[in-house]
Amino acid sequence: MKLTRLTAVLCASVAMPAMATELEVTHWWTSGGEAAAVAELAKAFDASGDKWVDGAIAGGGGTARPIMISRITGGDPMGATQFNHGQQALELVEAGLMLDLTDVAEANNWKEIVFPPSLLDACTVDGKIYCAPVNIHSPEWLWLSNKVYEDIGIPVPTTWTEFVATADQVRAAGKVPLALGDQPWQSNLAFGALTIGVGGLDLWKKVNIDKDMAVAAGPEMAGVFQAAADARALAVGSNVQDWNQATNLVITDQAAGQIMGDWAQGEFQVAQEVAGTDYTCLPGMGMNEYISTGGDAFYFPKNDDPEIEAAQKRLAAQLVSPEVQVAFNLKKGSLPIRGDVDLAAANDCMKKGLEILAGGNIVPTGDILWSPDTVKQAEDLMVEFWKSDMAPADAQAKWVEILSAN
Amino acid sequence: MASQSRPFRLLHNLNAKIAALPMVLTTMVVFVGGTIWTVFYSFTDSKLLPRERFVGFDQYERLWSNSRWAVSIENLAFYGVMSLVFTVVMGFILAVLMDQKIRYEDTFRTIMLYPFALSFIVTGLVWQWILNPDFGLQGIVRGWGWESFSFDPLHSPETVLYGLLIAGLWQGTGFVMCLMLAGLRGIDEDIWKAARVDGIPTWKTYLVVVVPMMRPVFITTLVIVAAGIIKLYDLVVAMTSGGPGGNASQVPAMYVYDYMFQAQNLGQGFAASTMMLLSVLIVLIPWAYLEFGGKKHG
Amino acid sequence: MADASMSGSLAMTGPRGAKPKRALNPRNIMLYGILLLVCLYYILPLWVMIMTSLKGMPEVRLGNIFAPPVEITFEPWVKAWATACTGLNCDGLSRGFWNSVIITVPSVILSIIIASVNGYALINWKFKGSEVFFTILIFGSFIPYQIMLYPIVILLREAGLYGTLWGLVLVHTIFGMPILTLLFRNYFSSIPEELFKAARVDGAGFWGIYFRIMLPMSLPIFVVALILQVTGIWNDFLFGVVYTKPDLYPMTVQLNNIVNSVQGVKEYNVNMAATLLTGMVPLVVYFVSGKLFVRGIAAGAVKG
Repeated sequence: MKLTRLTAVLCASVAMPAMATELEVTHWWTSGGEAAAVAELAKAFDASGDKWVDGAIAGGGGTARPIMISRITGGDPMGATQFNHGQQALELVEAGLMLDLTDVAEANNWKEIVFPPSLLDACTVDGKIYCAPVNIHSPEWLWLSNKVYEDIGIPVPTTWTEFVATADQVRAAGKVPLALGDQPWQSNLAFGALTIGVGGLDLWKKVNIDKDMAVAAGPEMAGVFQAAADARALAVGSNVQDWNQATNLVITDQAAGQIMGDWAQGEFQVAQEVAGTDYTCLPGMGMNEYISTGGDAFYFPKNDDPEIEAAQKRLAAQLVSPEVQVAFNLKKGSLPIRGDVDLAAANDCMKKGLEILAGGNIVPTGDILWSPDTVKQAEDLMVEFWKSDMAPADAQAKWVEILSAN
Repeated sequence: MASQSRPFRLLHNLNAKIAALPMVLTTMVVFVGGTIWTVFYSFTDSKLLPRERFVGFDQYERLWSNSRWAVSIENLAFYGVMSLVFTVVMGFILAVLMDQKIRYEDTFRTIMLYPFALSFIVTGLVWQWILNPDFGLQGIVRGWGWESFSFDPLHSPETVLYGLLIAGLWQGTGFVMCLMLAGLRGIDEDIWKAARVDGIPTWKTYLVVVVPMMRPVFITTLVIVAAGIIKLYDLVVAMTSGGPGGNASQVPAMYVYDYMFQAQNLGQGFAASTMMLLSVLIVLIPWAYLEFGGKKHG
Repeated sequence: MADASMSGSLAMTGPRGAKPKRALNPRNIMLYGILLLVCLYYILPLWVMIMTSLKGMPEVRLGNIFAPPVEITFEPWVKAWATACTGLNCDGLSRGFWNSVIITVPSVILSIIIASVNGYALINWKFKGSEVFFTILIFGSFIPYQIMLYPIVILLREAGLYGTLWGLVLVHTIFGMPILTLLFRNYFSSIPEELFKAARVDGAGFWGIYFRIMLPMSLPIFVVALILQVTGIWNDFLFGVVYTKPDLYPMTVQLNNIVNSVQGVKEYNVNMAATLLTGMVPLVVYFVSGKLFVRGIAAGAVKG
């Protein structure tokens, strides 16, 4: 019984390639909207005569990455795999395990069309391109519950400053001003948003792009740390773990606001709330209309089989094509990686994001600029800072130490 | 190893040696080999892939200057002792209760054992809900009118480990109870008869006669529970993410995985795991010495 | 002589303590009272899980986790089993079910056979160094699995087993070995040595004694080992996903995908249903083998 079934499975996997080139694609998109978005990619790939074999593994980097790396180093690589672009896959590229996509990129003119260009830069090692970017996510959004403010009888804040100014009234009404989950990355995300929102773009660039440690230790950053220390007082009383439990506090009007990435939108949509009437989204915290842009990209492990390599290149070209970009990003709720496509069907919050993107008010995310090791240490520090009474000056000193060691 | 002896010694017990071959291979190749491999790469600056670029004790210096790691060790020590004591005591008492010719034994046993079948991630999630002050137990009791009732272990650094303990014991005690029950039922009826003839009360028979006879079972239990404690990870991730206050419930395994796979710093992760394994060795070697050292079986 | 010693000192006996009286005496009230109280602790989370799994998401968002559903819906269960998406494959947990069976059955059988033989050799057929190996084995049970991921990738690659079912079975056997061996070793050590010696005098060899004396007397510990292994292997996610291919992914890969999504909407009701469904197989094994476990004891008692 067991054996027959096993043979059946084996036969099936041996028999298939005769018809079309199979490409196993691993990724960590598994929730409803994400899966629908992946289906668009697969549909397009299958329609062009190849076969997309899906290998979804949820859990993000911590869970999926060891699996992907084991498969690649175990000599049994998948056809393509998702990573957040940036430094995560750098070493695999350096070890010569990834396929060089430069010819695909040149043939399809990626240098001209991929926008913002930083996305393609993140795929480039020694002048060669190793990944195909597929979407943009931005973390710097403030999400507000309109009803909380209506009940108090004050207008919904339009900036972070107004949000802080009205926090006492929110507290007096028995609500939590700021919802913040306990996971370390959420505290780090909130801090990054405050840096751009309160500190401004120049400051952000000097620290994160120029890596100017004198500025990082300077008075302007001290101001951001102070703002974060004030903000953490607003988060007292939000006793939740997951980011979406925190979002739920805003949806159910128990909390006034949350700092979270554009993916929070999906939660509001599923709860059938309408942007503008039930909730308000403020990109760049309403202060500086800037967003940082990171996202997902596909890498293609090297394969000896020339047929597979050809299919890998076909898939890479297709991921960046306008049709796939529109279909995929509408389902995913993320922004496309090229400015020349029409997303008329996008909702209000997505449109705000598109406008900022079109205006070029964008910077790369921390994932692109810092090593995963540095990001992780910063997360550890930030969660301690946001969730305890650590002095802002102490936190800043430790933060500078972590960044300097990079 | 046996091969060091002369040929006729080698052939002695041949069947037993062949039968033990899988064990010998596993211990030498996987456990000893894997440990040496880990220790070796803990002296390198390996990031995503293992690489032979040696940095001496740098990884260890960084490890021990890290406040998160220091707190992790303290937390594990506290949680470990509490968990060991409670699991063994609860498991034994439950097994004794189950051994009283009760009715519905199957039902009781299944109820106590079922948590063992569920994933830690969801176990953590459910207990996190139940212990949530707003919509869990505290909220319900307050809803009944007892406004001052306070039960919120997960959001205070002083009590968070007890919160984890509630969920950890829930998951594991059922299996320990089963082990103990198997042990209790392996004990000879004659011993009970003798105790009854001598007029020793039941509770005293358990403590003075039965517990010492169940020494092997207790050792098995200790090893299983302790191995589980060292690896404690999913439950913490699901229930507290290491918080509150950022690190009030951090544990070493979480540090190891976070740095190996999220931070992509294998060297740092390996250094931390080497420290973990070293502390296991410190406990294990004296035990092995006592167990095998001076006894007739040795 | 041998027979006498066996029936005299070895028979495993049934439950004991005072003979049960049907009446509601204080002792019974205490006994059942404590057991029921303990059961409340064990059942509470199950209650929350079942209730949540029967609610729609809007009701889950309302946040009373203990309340029974206002409107019962079985949709989360149907979704978890048959339509929840894992990336592209929208056929829920059902997809990996048979793979899990294919993985679990040989892994459980092989690991229990090897470990029981180990335990037996360690107690009755000691050889030079056997205790050293045993100590290292116990040490192995404390090694966090994740640390061994990459070295084992290399080992399996060199052995040509990477990505195959047998590679995975081997990994489960290796990591199950420490605790199972300890379990069997300690159980066998409680079987009197005289019995073993008598059998040797009668001319029985290594395997003869194992099959004719050790096995029949060890039902309870085999059941405990079975419980431990079925749970461990059925619930394993990491090894299943790292050492095999998507064709062979166990059910827990789908469970992880349903429960563990980082970004995107979390459907707690489906999570709970999926967890309960995945736990169903170990639960059935506990229930069936638990009865066996007791019957084994009863048989021993009759012999005695």
